[in-house]
Formats: sequence, C-alpha cells, structure tokens
Amino acid sequence: MSAAPIDLPRWADTALVPLVSVAAALVVAGLVVLSIGESPLEATTLLLKGSLGSLEGLGFTLYYTTSFIFTGLAVAVAFHAGLFNIGGEGQATIAGIFAALACLWLAPLPGILLVPLAILAAAAGGALWAFIPGYLQATRGSHVVITTIMFNFIAATLIVYLLVEVMGKAGSMQPETPDFPKQAVLTPIHELLGAFGLKLPSTPLNTSFLLALASLVAVWALIYRSRLGYAIRTVGANPRAAAYAGISPARIIMVAMAISGALAGGLAVNEAMGVQHRLVLDFTAGYGFVGIAVALMGRGHPVGVGLAALLFGVLYQGGAELSFDKPTITRDMVVVIGGIVILFAGALDGLFRRLVASVLNLGRGG
Amino acid sequence: MEIVQTFAVILDSTIRLSVPLLCAALAGLWSERSGVVDIGLEGKMLIAAFASAVVAYHSGSAWAGLGAGMLAAIALALVHGFAAITWRGNQIVSGVAINMLAAGLTVILGNAWYGQGGRTPTLEGAARFPELDLPLLETLKGIPVFGPVYDIAISGHAAPVYLAVLALVLTALTLKHTRFGLRLRAVGENPAAVDTAGVSVAGLRYAAVVICGALCGLGGTYLAVSQSAGFLPQMTAGKGFIALAAVIFANWRPWPALFACLLFGLLDAVAIRLQGVVLPGIGQVPVQAIQALPYVMTVVLLAGFIGKATPPKASGLPYVKER
Repeated sequence: MSAAPIDLPRWADTALVPLVSVAAALVVAGLVVLSIGESPLEATTLLLKGSLGSLEGLGFTLYYTTSFIFTGLAVAVAFHAGLFNIGGEGQATIAGIFAALACLWLAPLPGILLVPLAILAAAAGGALWAFIPGYLQATRGSHVVITTIMFNFIAATLIVYLLVEVMGKAGSMQPETPDFPKQAVLTPIHELLGAFGLKLPSTPLNTSFLLALASLVAVWALIYRSRLGYAIRTVGANPRAAAYAGISPARIIMVAMAISGALAGGLAVNEAMGVQHRLVLDFTAGYGFVGIAVALMGRGHPVGVGLAALLFGVLYQGGAELSFDKPTITRDMVVVIGGIVILFAGALDGLFRRLVASVLNLGRGG
Repeated sequence: MEIVQTFAVILDSTIRLSVPLLCAALAGLWSERSGVVDIGLEGKMLIAAFASAVVAYHSGSAWAGLGAGMLAAIALALVHGFAAITWRGNQIVSGVAINMLAAGLTVILGNAWYGQGGRTPTLEGAARFPELDLPLLETLKGIPVFGPVYDIAISGHAAPVYLAVLALVLTALTLKHTRFGLRLRAVGENPAAVDTAGVSVAGLRYAAVVICGALCGLGGTYLAVSQSAGFLPQMTAGKGFIALAAVIFANWRPWPALFACLLFGLLDAVAIRLQGVVLPGIGQVPVQAIQALPYVMTVVLLAGFIGKATPPKASGLPYVKER
C-alpha cells in the first residue's frame, strides 16, 4: 500500500486487471454456491448451457445484454465526466413513464412516427431525471450521488402513484398501464429475421438490441472522437484544468448527466416497448445497479461495456435456467456477483492492480 | 383526553418507525464524521436483520440474535473499511457493492436454508424482544396528559428502542466530550493534522467504521427480531437511505439527527394513517407524496434552498500520507 500510483502496461491495465478481478469475483460466487451445498462446476455448466447452449437461450441472453448495455453506458458516460450516476433506476423509471405517455397519447400515429417519438420521449425522460441532479451539482454544489439516490426513490414513489391513480388500466388490480398500440411495439428479432427466411425460436430479443449496439458506437464516437467528448474527459480528469482551457465544467456536468440519463432510458425502451408492451411497476428490476458493475468492469470503454454487458446477460439468463434445475440457486446470485464485481473491479481496484503488478514483475525476474 | 390519546398513539408509532432510522443515522454519522462516506447503511442493516433472525430462531434468544446481527454488520463494515481506508478505493462504489451483496446474499442463504423464498421462520417467545414496562408505570399512569403519553408512547417498547436512545446519548457525549471523539471529528476534517499529531488516521477511521457496523446491526436486528417476527427479503426498504438523508438534514450532528429521524418516522406514521382518508378542503392525500417527502426535502436542503448542508471536509477522501 504505497502512495505512489502503480504503473502497469496499458494492456494489463485495460484488460488484465478487470479480468483478474472478475475471475476473483466468480471464485467468490463459486464459494457461495459451495456453501449452500451445490457444486460450482455443475452450476457453471448449467449456466453456460442455459445461456449459450441454444438459440432460444442466446436470444434471452442478448435481450438481457441489451438492458445492461444501456445502463452500463449510462454509468460510463457519467464516469468520464468524473460523476457517479447511481440514478439509472430512477432515470429509466421516468423514461418508462415518458415512453408510455407517448405511446398512449400518440396512439393514432403510424408506427414509423410513433416508435421514434416514443424512443425520443424515453430518452428525454431519462435525460430530464439526470439533468436535474447534474444542474444541482453544477450550480448549487449538491453531491450528484446523494441527489441521484434520492431521485431513485422519488421516481419509485411517482410511478406507483401514476400507475395506481392516474395512468392505470381501468378495472385492473395490477399497477400497469393499458397495452400500447400494436404499431408502438418494437419488432422481435425472430420476426425480423423470419422475414428473411431464418427460423428462430421466439424470444424477447427485439430491435432495441440494435439500438443498444448503435449506442455503443455512438458513445465511443462521442467520448473518443468528438469535441464534446474531449471536454467531458477533461472535466472528468481535472475540472480546474478544463476551466483554464476554456471548458465550462458546470455546462459539461449538466450535459454529461443528461446524456447519461438518456442512455439509461434505453432500458425502458427495451422493457416497456420491446417486451412488456405496457408500463409495469418495478420494470427496472435492479438493472440500473448492475449497470454500475458493467461500467466498472468495462473500464468505461464501450468495447468493455459491451463485453461486460454480455457477461451479465449470460449470468442473468443462465441464472434463470439454473434456478429451474437448482431451486436453491436463485437469480439473486447475479446480484451477489454484481456486488462482488463492483467491490473488486471498483473499490478494490488498487489491490488488484497491485496483485497484477507484482505478478508481472515476478515474470520479469523481479 | 381523546386528543391526548391520539397524540400518544401517533407518537408511539412514530418512535417505532424512527428507531431503525435513528440507529442507521447514528451509524452513518460516526462513519462520515471520520471521513468515510457510507451509502452502504442499507446493506448492513439488511444483513444484520437476516443474521439476527437466523440466530434468534436457532438459539431461541433475541439477545443472541442481536449479537449475530451486530457481528454480521461489522463484518460488512470491515469490508467497506478495507476497501475505503486500506486500499483507498472509491467509497461510493464500495457502498453500492455492499448494498448489492447484502440484498443478494440474504435471499440466497435464506432460500437455501429455509426454502421460503428468502424468509426466515417465524420467531416466537424469547426469540423476540419482549415489550418492557418502564419503572413507575402504575404510579405515573394517573397523571393527566403525561400519564397516557408515558404509558402508550414512552413505555412498552422493546429493548433495542432503549438501546438506540442510549446509543444516541453515548454518541453525542463521546463525539463532543472525549479525546477519542475530538480526534475522530478531526480526522474527518483534516486528517493530515491528526497524522502530524502522531495519531493513526487509519486506526481512527477503522474504529468509526466498526462502530458504524455495530449501530447498523442494532437497527437491522430491531427490524427483524422486534418490529417483525423474522426476516423478509429487502425488509429494510430504503431505510438506510432515509437515514442517510437524516444525517444530511442534521448536518452531521447527533441530536438534530434524532429530530430528523423522528420527523421522517412521523411522516411514515402519518402516511400509514392517511391511507384512503379524505381530508376536508384538500381531498385525498396521495400516500406516495408523503412517502416521497423525506427524499424531496433532502434534495431541496442539499441544494441550499433551505439552510445549508456542511459535510465534514475530508469526507469521501482517502488519506494519502505525503512523503
């Protein structure tokens, strides 16, 4: 535990350290499985078979991956600006409300207008719910972490109120909106590819997966290839230097938070418009928090975020299949793994860098 | 007399609902005054609730449950300390990790051991804390106004409630009047000064983090072994975060933290009572609006629109010794 920063080759820093910490997280998860009297090896086999062993499993895996790409990118963009956006859950919730309002109010529109408008509404809702904490941080100095936590809870109570008292389906005891019009529904991938003669099993995977892939590219271009991205990274690295360079940290904080929130809104697009076809309570289901693990593991880079999202997609789908065969290993295992990954790849980063550094040095003979 | 009765009943449920908040708020206060930001109060309370329910069930003793709850929460607190103090990791990230760990682990272990979807078996008899009658209850009962309040609201709570009050008094006294308290506050404001004086920064912060864990343990145990008769998945339901709000509201001071917790507890009690009630002139108040109030108020306060929040200067900053 020296104070000096640990110098590592770039490949080790970007690839090896996250890999080692994730491997360690999986080992700990294996110990948990062992402690409840199951075999980690068998569990892993079942998990991989369930998530990647069939086209159906793969479809589900990519459907979960879609959600994790969105929430992971949301956290990553804020990270680049030096901000910690814990509010993905709340932002996705508000995005869902906005998307539902768009789908229900603009129901007479044809799908070619309605779908983009509803997606924009979702992005706007998420952006708004992240912009306010960003604005308060930039102008009033309230810490974005605390504000986004509070905004998660405010959004959670708001959606209960809206679904129970205002937007709820008449005569339904469930807190949910009426079904969206047919043309507002995102095309499932199996139907899309079915048109080309490919026969795929029916899965919830829908076109928002393509939107997620596009977002990965867009965020990469934004962060590493645009003026705004440069400004965001500069503010993240050193707000004072940014200010001297003529970049307004306050403006960048607000913009970065808004982009982050808009990305979190993609979760609502996938869940509400792609799968449920209506707005239900608790559709965010903790994806927002797993997004933190995804962003940390992916080192904030879109390629890393994509891979980490896929890993969590595998864990989610495989975990669901696993819990059919082994009822004792519920899907909460993924939450545990997410927590350990966040701890290892995020908070204990220094420890793992030190480990990797000493192993590399050993290889070089001291 | 009717009004006094109603007042006493509301005060009673306010106290019951405030106690877990108070424990967690005091826990957060200890940690943050030493410079370690802790958003993992929720997770620590949750794991304590689980551990206490499990041990209370198997041992048949609520006190054993309390011990287990405290130990479990201290274990998680040490994980946080290890990441935040020893490895100077990001304290927010570590807090998030602890919340997720607790949320997942409790359900998995509970489900694997008891197969009830994460719940623990119902606690009965000595496995729960009995309600205690305070001394002189019979004598004081007859006094008008004070008597019923003493009888209904102040007496008749379980031991953790009085322990929480004791913890509050001890926290206030220790922080303000002892050498340890002074040093602990100093380490949250200016760790370099403490280090220069030859006192271990890491030692003080670890001590604060352990106290934080113990207090979360008390709060979580109260939830599972006293308020309820067993553990339910996610039973903390955001209380750790409301406690965080209370700490901010109280400007990181113990006595104001009590009032913030009582206020939030009162809001909760009122929200429960107002469910479906139509108020004259206002109509039906949406319960969700009252539930959201603590969060909204915290945002407004933090933004400096009412009063000013001044956190400890070094909070959230890992201490690096200059060389």
